[in-house]
Amino acid sequence: MMHGAGTENYLNAETTLRSWLLTTDHKRIALLYFASITFFFFVGGVAAALIRLQLITPYGGLVGADTYNRLFTMHGIIMVWFFLIPSIPTTLGNFMLPMMIGARDLAFPRLNLLSWYLYIAGGLITLSALLLGGVDTGWTFYEPLSTAYANGYVVLAVLGIFIAGFSSVLTGLNFIVTVHKLRAPGLIWYRLPVFIWSTYATSLILVLATPVLAMTLLMLAAERLLHVGIFDPALGGDPLLFQHMFWFYSHPAVYIMILPSMGVISEIVPCFARKSLFGYKFVIWCSIAIAVIGFLVWGHHMFVSGQSLYASLVFSFLSYAVAVPSAIKVFNWIATMHKGWIRFDAPMLYAFGFIGLFTIGGLTGLFLAALAVDVHVTDTYFVVAHFHYIMVGGAVMGYFGGLHYWWPKITGRLYPEYWARFTAILTFFGFNLTFFPQFILGTLGMPRRYQVYPPEFQIWHVLSSAGASILAIGYALPIFYLGWSILKGARAPANPWRATGLEWLTRSPPPPHNFASAPEVVRGPYCYDEEGNALPQAAHG
Amino acid sequence: MYGLPFWPARAGAYAGQWDKLFIGLLILAFLTAGLVIFLLILYAARYRHGSKADRSNRTRKSWRFEVSWTIASLLIFLILGAWGAHLFVRLYQPPANALQIFVVGKQWMWKAQHPGGQREINELHVPAGRDVRLVMASQDVIHSFFIPALRIKQDVVPGRYESLWFRADKPGRYHLFCAEYCGTDHARMGGWVTVMASRDFARWLSDQGGQPSLAAQGAALFRRYGCSGCHGQSGAVRAPRLEGLFGGPVPLSDGSVVIADDRYVRDSILLPKAQIAAGYQPIMPSFAGQIGEDDLAKLVAYIESLGPEKPRGQ
Repeated sequence: MMHGAGTENYLNAETTLRSWLLTTDHKRIALLYFASITFFFFVGGVAAALIRLQLITPYGGLVGADTYNRLFTMHGIIMVWFFLIPSIPTTLGNFMLPMMIGARDLAFPRLNLLSWYLYIAGGLITLSALLLGGVDTGWTFYEPLSTAYANGYVVLAVLGIFIAGFSSVLTGLNFIVTVHKLRAPGLIWYRLPVFIWSTYATSLILVLATPVLAMTLLMLAAERLLHVGIFDPALGGDPLLFQHMFWFYSHPAVYIMILPSMGVISEIVPCFARKSLFGYKFVIWCSIAIAVIGFLVWGHHMFVSGQSLYASLVFSFLSYAVAVPSAIKVFNWIATMHKGWIRFDAPMLYAFGFIGLFTIGGLTGLFLAALAVDVHVTDTYFVVAHFHYIMVGGAVMGYFGGLHYWWPKITGRLYPEYWARFTAILTFFGFNLTFFPQFILGTLGMPRRYQVYPPEFQIWHVLSSAGASILAIGYALPIFYLGWSILKGARAPANPWRATGLEWLTRSPPPPHNFASAPEVVRGPYCYDEEGNALPQAAHG
Repeated sequence: MYGLPFWPARAGAYAGQWDKLFIGLLILAFLTAGLVIFLLILYAARYRHGSKADRSNRTRKSWRFEVSWTIASLLIFLILGAWGAHLFVRLYQPPANALQIFVVGKQWMWKAQHPGGQREINELHVPAGRDVRLVMASQDVIHSFFIPALRIKQDVVPGRYESLWFRADKPGRYHLFCAEYCGTDHARMGGWVTVMASRDFARWLSDQGGQPSLAAQGAALFRRYGCSGCHGQSGAVRAPRLEGLFGGPVPLSDGSVVIADDRYVRDSILLPKAQIAAGYQPIMPSFAGQIGEDDLAKLVAYIESLGPEKPRGQ
């Protein structure tokens, strides 16, 4: 297939600002999201950097208590709602979902654009609340602190999250309908790539859980503004009701973050092991199982909250149950590598990093699900380390892996391979140095959200801050070398990784409507012969 | 005291049992993570692109493997869950005759009241080798009472009593933290738990000066707030008598029966219409907003002191 500077593609078809801001092309909307979540990632990252600087000494000193509390609140809110939750679905998902199922676009292209505007509106409103004076509730908004005691722009921050929630719901709905209605001929459900299955499972959670968050935040706003007694015991409310409702959304939200990443890893590992994915059906049904059981474990955030003993026993058991499908996935990725022809390009290095870090995050989850252990380590740095291993070690490694994997397709350029490998390895070590000491801190009893702390904990905080500076370099480097590749990188062929998926059949970057004609799918994903040669899912694009 | 800190201090036998469970989990985690990393490195090295390793007879049927590692994971998880639950359940079973101390959390301090009337702030003195039960309340937001050396923690939610019991064996000074984020000075809401040999503890109690016991202070409040007007000997209004009440069953007007524990007494003062004793009119006014948690603790201690002289079954 010929390509070159003169060939029309989705990037050069129209070039006005208006053509970008009013586009309904899923690929362009994905790029709008790329720019926005990257912005929010670095805003949240600056807050994290200040937190780690403050904690180098046990006596604080960099910022005061109120500023510190606003910093970790800002870090949490921005990273959870404006980076992690939209990250893979709205960027890689938006771009790749139609391409991987052989469609020209999502089912509702204009709704897709509306989702981006809602996300931007929500993001700017929340950001303005955080910059006008900040919010000191923590991202969890626990009651009655957030209504009766917190200062600052709580309602404004909550309003932004509320609006961004509609973006989540509409995106999820769009994906679900697209997967049901727009699959190419021959693409039966059991031929869908795992990334599509994971995105589908994620979309179910987005559609079902986000409304509960919206209701909870509305009630919080009603209580703060109108003194309607719902959660505040002084007004006759129940603070634990807030926690139940908040975690009913926020625990499944963890799976919104990690499931798409698992999907990315399931694409990368077979491609770079040149071998079909081991246990394909088990892997996809594990995604669905995680989405379903994930709705039933929220109470494990509340083992010391005063909820009933019997509730805690049930939630502990269910938390172990939800760990099983995650473990199965790890075993399947490893089995896929057995007797493969493994290459070590940057996406695969990120996948290795993901598997290692996700395994540690998952195993420490077993500690937290054990009731008596949780009593000691909950609300300490052990929990902080655990969820960063899942949400940063897991989800963000998967995001960067997918970004490098599909970069040639998205931009039509190859990135500099050795810089990317170096960055993947640097990120892995920086991450471990940042967060592994926090497991030890938590075991020692260091509570989270402390701006000063007993001096005997200092050594581990210093190590953690040192790691954070390495991690910051690892996250900043791609800006430079990926940016360079857009201008100077070698032009990418249609299928640089010799992968099997439909997205590789069309040019890089793809034409505005993706495929000249709908591909005829003849086999499932990840088919490779004994020598590791790819057997594409369809003959043409 | 700490050296290079890898392990938290251990102040009681429960902490030792907790450590065993934690070490069990650590061994499992290191074995599993070790296996995963070992296989990743082994396969990456042996099956790297271009290596001459044998790739014939690849495993194609996967379900045997899938079923085996699913069942193995589930079994191991169930054992861990049962072990964790076994220790956890004991935290819900405070022994009888524990020394009872009232604790109030407020932004940003912990206040403790001993039965003898001794009070302390951001300090808690307890005797070694004796069961201690804390009855805890919060005056504002949610706090969490956390003693790492005892491996215990309990959120203190405003509007209700929470209880937490422990037995410290090793005299010493141990960190006390607030573990639930509670606003500006959350990081400074804490202090020390001092575990003392019982002789030293007795001396410490008497050194605090001769103030009336908590129950005696409660008796004074009982008259000052006017409780005795209805619940006392010469009550003009028909109200339940409180002598012998504490710890026993109370039949309610809706036909149910509750045990008159500290949580019931506190709720009855603040929310008298929530649980009406059978045979009485719901005429008691609420004292919500009028009595602080400190005074409530004294009233509860007084009503408890009116309870049966000797608890049944002893």
